Amino acid sequence: MEIKPILSALSRNKTGALLIALQIALTMTIIVNSVFMIQHRQGQMDRESGINEADTFILSYMGFAEDYNEKTQLIEDLNFIRELPGVVDAVQTNSAPLTGGGWSMSLATETGPDADDVGTAIYFVDDHGVNAFGVNLIAGRNFTADEIIWRERTSTKWPGQGVITKALAADLFEDDWQSALGKTVYISETQPINIVGIIDKMQAPWNGWSGVERTLLVPSYTEFGGARIFIRTEPGERDRLMTEIEEQLVANYKGRLIRRVRSMEEVRTDSYRSHNGMNTILKTLIICLTVVTALGIVGLASFSVNRRKKQIGTRRALGARKLDILRYFMVENFLITTFGVVLGAVMTIGLNMVLVDMLDLPKIDWYYIPAGMAVLWFIGLMAVFGPAKKACQISPALATRSV
Amino acid sequence: MFGYYLRLAMLSIKRNPILSALMVAAIAVGIGASMTTITVNYAMGSNPIPHKSEQLFAVQLDTWDPNQPFREPDTPPDQVTYLDATALMKMAPAAKQTAMTKTFQVIEPQGEDVIPFDALGRAAFGDFFSMFDTPFLYGNGWDRDSDDSLAMVTVLSKETNEKVFGGENSVGKFIRIGGKDYRVVGVLDDWNPIPKFYDVTNGPFNDSEDFYIPFNLVASLELPRSGNTNCWKPSNEDGYQGFLNSECVWIQFWAELPTESEQEEYLNFLNSYATQQKELGRFPRPLNNRINNVMQWMDQQGVVQDGAKVVMWLSIMFLLVCLLNTIGLLLTKFTTKSGEIGLRRALGASKSTLFVQHLIEAGIIGLMGGLLGLFLAMGGLQGIAMLFGNDVKDLVSLDTTMVATAIGLAIVSALLAGLYPTWRACSIQPAVQLKTQ
Repeated sequence: MEIKPILSALSRNKTGALLIALQIALTMTIIVNSVFMIQHRQGQMDRESGINEADTFILSYMGFAEDYNEKTQLIEDLNFIRELPGVVDAVQTNSAPLTGGGWSMSLATETGPDADDVGTAIYFVDDHGVNAFGVNLIAGRNFTADEIIWRERTSTKWPGQGVITKALAADLFEDDWQSALGKTVYISETQPINIVGIIDKMQAPWNGWSGVERTLLVPSYTEFGGARIFIRTEPGERDRLMTEIEEQLVANYKGRLIRRVRSMEEVRTDSYRSHNGMNTILKTLIICLTVVTALGIVGLASFSVNRRKKQIGTRRALGARKLDILRYFMVENFLITTFGVVLGAVMTIGLNMVLVDMLDLPKIDWYYIPAGMAVLWFIGLMAVFGPAKKACQISPALATRSV
Repeated sequence: MFGYYLRLAMLSIKRNPILSALMVAAIAVGIGASMTTITVNYAMGSNPIPHKSEQLFAVQLDTWDPNQPFREPDTPPDQVTYLDATALMKMAPAAKQTAMTKTFQVIEPQGEDVIPFDALGRAAFGDFFSMFDTPFLYGNGWDRDSDDSLAMVTVLSKETNEKVFGGENSVGKFIRIGGKDYRVVGVLDDWNPIPKFYDVTNGPFNDSEDFYIPFNLVASLELPRSGNTNCWKPSNEDGYQGFLNSECVWIQFWAELPTESEQEEYLNFLNSYATQQKELGRFPRPLNNRINNVMQWMDQQGVVQDGAKVVMWLSIMFLLVCLLNTIGLLLTKFTTKSGEIGLRRALGASKSTLFVQHLIEAGIIGLMGGLLGLFLAMGGLQGIAMLFGNDVKDLVSLDTTMVATAIGLAIVSALLAGLYPTWRACSIQPAVQLKTQ
């Protein structure tokens, strides 16, 4: 290999080489970090909420008429909806996973203001909650109908029973989730809640919260001036029932305003809209960047071929084969690209450190670096292939024309 | 001469259409991407009330949990408790100040077939309107007597006035909100500050409210609230009164303090008030009360999201790659012209004339790239509006500042990128160049 003459030729014309190397380094820095961010977000989006999202929707209404009686209206609505053909179950709740708005409290295994506590999301449900959400009860039991209490907006009293997620159980009882069953935990510092059941998985409403897997179900109907009803249908019946139930409820009682009827699929899309948006932006950036960098390498390589026409002609006249010329340019580009990707690896790690600081992103996994280097090497070689091919076509006669 | 150089530049650009197109495209893509993200960041970080932003102050009182700050590093809560809001309204030394919160109610327009609709309201004091310079279409805000006497008055947004009263002057008429009749005293003109600086807690890019009512009605009518509420300590008593007396924070508090001495006096008052409250067993944390003017507040509350900042810097790096590219392409281009340059030098053209001529060529490429980039940025902003929906709809328009920035950035970039290749091209030795022909 003629590495030595290539290096000495390069050292005489640093600019072009430096431009390519810098471009490659920057491109690698941006691409690798973007891919990492995309993967990270995708990982968050792929987390399961633990509930049935395919056949479910949420309907919320607000009572406003003088004769609106919250308690009787709610029970009437629930009975009406549960009886409808196609409905699997329905429950009144304050919120649902992915909705972004909800209630949170701290739980502790001891009483008092200084006890170590664990934050958790709270869903108010009745004995139909487990079935309507479609969550799996893996230990203990569901609530019974006589455990459900009525909760006013400003009440500070909590019911005595709770069902918690496995993740919350593990966080409360030192990773031994099974031991949580039957234990008492304290809410609002002093009020006891007996853990009667444990469910496998159900996310808190906030997808960006670090405690998103921690959830507590408590047996309550809420009197918050309206209701939010979570409905699960037979597969394929959801869309029909979404419109039908809305119309029926309006027909049944006009003193309320149906505010929103959203399927859980819509809720998920809305919830991760900015994740999705960011990923699309980053993907677009990656594509544009790859194209621009590749074209840039083509341009610069053509430049260096043009400048060295005479030299190439001379070499050809002196007996170099076309293959030698091709190899010369490929090796030269390989050297430049190598310099670029090594610089790029350092810059990639540097940018990742900044991002870790700014976005609470984890540190980049090591294998992203060699993968990025390989991709850039490949792009570099592909881009230089065209101009190098052109260089082989230069005829030896060119060398004889002047000088 | 300039005209002649322009013609030469155009000719030269036409001579290598592919190379020229590549350069224009590289600059356009770079400008398009970076201007899209710069525009979003610029809108997020813009000053929503420039003429008064240094006089309006968000008030923070540290009433939080002794064991942990509201937010690291030692930041006091972004809202205040009802106890403190009412105390400050009575005693704090500001010419104008207001406590406020969000409420959520059903408006029932009169008439048979009009459907009721749900509306977001802001409960505030009468000084709200003059503090934040809200434009009025009809009437005015309410006075302090109305605050004190719990008058059932309201100011409507232009949109609500259109929905309920068909856009006519509704001052003096009554409107049914949450089952109660309010007398309309004013109707606002379009008013939608971006960011919504007076309540970033409940969403810095939300729309302004549909109606405004006196703050004191919230407690007396026990109105439903819809804003963010944070508590660190369980309340001692049940019911609405228990909630009002609790350590929960749910009220935004702003004061207008035009001079430095007033600001100092106000902060001193907050500290002495907090010290007093400590004797009653409240304010368990070390003294940490703050007043922040509008831009300080935006900064503390992180209104410009870090994710948006990162994407902006990435796209600026992308522009840098595009410029490196343009440098490379211009080098290529000017080298192919070395024969012509050598000839002109030999015929007596000075280095500086040639330099100016080629810089003009680079500038034209920059201008074209900038214009094309501007269109790309418009497309990019449309794309962002589609991707992110309602949250960003006010952040995705190019104003004249941004258009000028884009074109300026493009030309400066192209000239910077053009400098080195031009210098290289002009330092050709005419003798050597001509000899090799």
